Amino acid sequence: MINPEVPAKLDTLVYQAHMAAVHVLRPISRRYDTAEHEYPVELDTLAELVAQANAQQAGLNTTPEVEPSGSARSGEENVNGRNLASLVGLIEMCWGDVGLMLTMPRQGLGQAAIHAVATPEQLRRFGGRWAAMAITEPEAGSDSAAIRTTAVLDGDEYVLNGEKIYVTSGDRAELIVVWATLDRSAGRGAIKSFVVERDNPGLKLDRLEHKLGIRASDTANFVLENCRVPKENLLGSPELATTREGFAGVMQTFDNTRPMVAGMAVGVARAALDRTRELLEEAGVTIEYDRPAATQTAAVADFIRLEADWEASRLLALRAAWMSDNRLPNKLAASIAKAKAGRVATEVTLRCVELCGTVGYAEDELLEKWARDAKILDIFEGTQQIQQLVIARELLGKSSSELR
Amino acid sequence: MFDLRPTDEQRMLVDTVRDFALRACRPAALAADAACETPAALLAAADELGLGALGVPESLGGVLEHRSTVTGVLAAEALAEGDMGIALACLAPGAVATALGLWGDADQQAAHLPAFTEARPPAAALAIAEHHVLFDPFALRTRARRGAGGDLVLRGSKALVPRGVDADLLLVAAVLDEAPSLFLVETASARGLSLTAEPAMGVRAAATARLEFDDVSLPAGALVADSDPQVYRELVALARIAWSALAVGAAQAVLSYVSAYVNERTAFGEPISNRQSVAFMVADVAIELESLRLATYRAARLAETGQDFIRPASLARSLAARHATAIGSTGVQLLGGHGYTKEHPVERWYRDLRAAGMLEGGLIL
Repeated sequence: MINPEVPAKLDTLVYQAHMAAVHVLRPISRRYDTAEHEYPVELDTLAELVAQANAQQAGLNTTPEVEPSGSARSGEENVNGRNLASLVGLIEMCWGDVGLMLTMPRQGLGQAAIHAVATPEQLRRFGGRWAAMAITEPEAGSDSAAIRTTAVLDGDEYVLNGEKIYVTSGDRAELIVVWATLDRSAGRGAIKSFVVERDNPGLKLDRLEHKLGIRASDTANFVLENCRVPKENLLGSPELATTREGFAGVMQTFDNTRPMVAGMAVGVARAALDRTRELLEEAGVTIEYDRPAATQTAAVADFIRLEADWEASRLLALRAAWMSDNRLPNKLAASIAKAKAGRVATEVTLRCVELCGTVGYAEDELLEKWARDAKILDIFEGTQQIQQLVIARELLGKSSSELR
Repeated sequence: MFDLRPTDEQRMLVDTVRDFALRACRPAALAADAACETPAALLAAADELGLGALGVPESLGGVLEHRSTVTGVLAAEALAEGDMGIALACLAPGAVATALGLWGDADQQAAHLPAFTEARPPAAALAIAEHHVLFDPFALRTRARRGAGGDLVLRGSKALVPRGVDADLLLVAAVLDEAPSLFLVETASARGLSLTAEPAMGVRAAATARLEFDDVSLPAGALVADSDPQVYRELVALARIAWSALAVGAAQAVLSYVSAYVNERTAFGEPISNRQSVAFMVADVAIELESLRLATYRAARLAETGQDFIRPASLARSLAARHATAIGSTGVQLLGGHGYTKEHPVERWYRDLRAAGMLEGGLIL
C-alpha cells in the first residue's frame, strides 16, 4: 500500500529528537560555530539520552512492524526499522545543528562502516563505541580506490603507514576506522578497513582543519606511522577480493550512510525554510498553496519552489532508508537521495539568506551559518559529481572504466 | 507505515494499462498529435479497460472496489508513458464521473453516473482554465447569476478543455455569489454554448477546446456541492495531482528513450554515454523524475485518506512545472538535431511536458 509517510510509531522519537534540537543544540549553535575546536561539553548529557533512544531503535529493529497481510504482495513483509528511525531522528537533530550532531559522542559514521562489514565478534567489541571514519588522503579524495595507506601483516598485527585527512570527529572519537590496502598493486580488492584505537601511539594527530561551516565538528588530519593493530581489527574477511566485489563490499557502507547524509541535508534545509517562513510572515507575507506561484509575490513563489525541492529530497531520503530496512538493493536510490538532498540543501539555505537579505546574512540569525554548514553535505560521503557518476553508471549499465 | 509497494490490484491494473500504453498508444501518438484527435478505436479500447470510470465506485457500477486517488495516479502514469496527450484524452471524461462520485448529490449521481459504466461512456469534460495571462483558478472571470425563473445563467469562457468539442456533459467552474462554484452543463440542451477546437503546443491528442458561455441558462439542479469553497479547493488540487501523474509517465518515457539512445549513438569513436556531460544529464532526469514521482504519490495518498493535501499537491505541481519541463528539454537536447525532428518522440514530450505544471483542471483521478 503506497504510503510515503513517516510511521506514527516514530512520532515519539521525532518529538524527542526535536526537543533535544530545540533545547540543547540551538542554544549553543552560534557559540561553537565561533569557538571552533572547543569541545561542546553540553553534548555529553545529550549523548546519554541518544544512547537510550538508540536502544529503543534497536528494539524497533528486532521487532519490525509488519504490514497486515492482504494489502501487499503476499509473503512479503514491510519493515520500518533501524534505518528509517535513524533517518528521522537525524533530520530533527540536524534541524538543530549539523555540526553539533556530527560531533555527538558515539554517533560517528564509523559505526556504519563497522556494521556494514564486521563479524559478530567484532560487533561485540566495537559496537556502540564512538567511531570515526578515515578514508580520504591528500592524493585520494573522491577516488577512494586510489588510497595509498598500507597495511602489512607482521605476526599477529597489521602495521599501518600513510596519511589520512578530513576525518570527522577524528580527534574526539574512541575508534578510527582506517581504510588501507593490503597490496597496492592488487587494486580495489586489496582495500580493507581497520579499527584503530584513538590512543594508539602510531596514530598521530597532524592538525585540525579550520572550515567554512560545521565548525563545531572537529575535522582531523592524521599520520599513521608504523601504527600496529591486532589482526582481529581488520573488519570482515582478510582475503584479497579477486574481483571488484571486494571493494564493492567496502563501498556498500555508502548504501546505508548516503541516505543518512541526505537526511542531514533535509534537516538543515528545513531549519532555513522554517525560519525564513517565520521572518516572511512577520514581514506581512502570506504563503498560499492554492494560488499559482506566478500570481503571488516573488518571495512566495521562490519559497514554494524551495519547499518543493526540499520535500522531494525528504521523500527520496525516506525511500532510500526504507529500502535499506527492507534489504532492497538501494545503491541507485541512495545516490539519488544524496545527490538531490545535497544540492537542495545548499540551494535552499543560500536562497533563504537571499530572501531575508541583510537579516539573513548577519550573524544575529543562524541563516548564514546554515548556508555555510549545508555546503559540506554536497561534498562528503561522495560529492554531487560522484553521486551522478554512480547514478549514471547504474542507469546506463556502464563500468567505471567506460564512464569515468 | 512508510511503504512504496503498490497493492496487488494496483500492480495488475498498472501492468495492463502500461502494456496498452506502449503497444497501442505510443505507435498512434504521432498521428494523433498531428490530427489533434485520439482515434475512436483507442478511446473505445481504453473504455473497455475501465479507464473512463476509475472514479465510479463499485456500488454504482465502477470497476474498482474503492475509488483510490493513488490507483488513478498509477494508471495515469502508466498510460502517459505511452503518450501524454492520448492519456489525457482517455482519462479526462472520467474526471466528471469522479467529481460527481465525490461531491454530486443523489439526483446528480443517479442522472449521470450510470452512463459512465456503460460500454460507450459519455464524452465529458472538466473546465476550469480561462484564456488570459496570470490566470488564477481562485479569481475566475466566468460568472453565474441567478435568473428570474430560479435558473442559473452562465457567462464567460473556458480554455484548453480536453475533449471539449465532443463533450456531452461539462463540469464548469464559475463564480456564483462571490464563491467559486461548479456547474453541470448538458451540452445538447445548452443554448448559447459554443465549443470550438483550440489546438495548443502539446497534449494535442486530447483535442483541447475553447468553450464560450453566452448567458447559458441552467436548471437550479446544475449546481454541484452548493458552492462549497473547500470542494473547489480540493478539485483544483486534485487536478494538479493528476497533471503531475501524467508528467511522471511522460518523464519516464523520456528517461527510457534517452537511456537507450545515448548508449547506441556513437561520436568520436565511442558511445556518447561515455561522456560525463551526457551521462550526468541522464542522471539528472532520473533524480528529478523520482522526486516528482514520490511527491505526486504522497499528495495522492493524503488526498485519498481524507487528509490535508493542498500543500503537498502544490509542491508536486511546482516540481512538475520546473523539473518535468526540464526533463522534456533534456530529452530533445540529448538527441541533438535528431531530437528536434518528428523522427523521434522527444519533441512531442517536450511540448506535452510543458503543460503539466501549468494547466489547471481538465482531469482529476
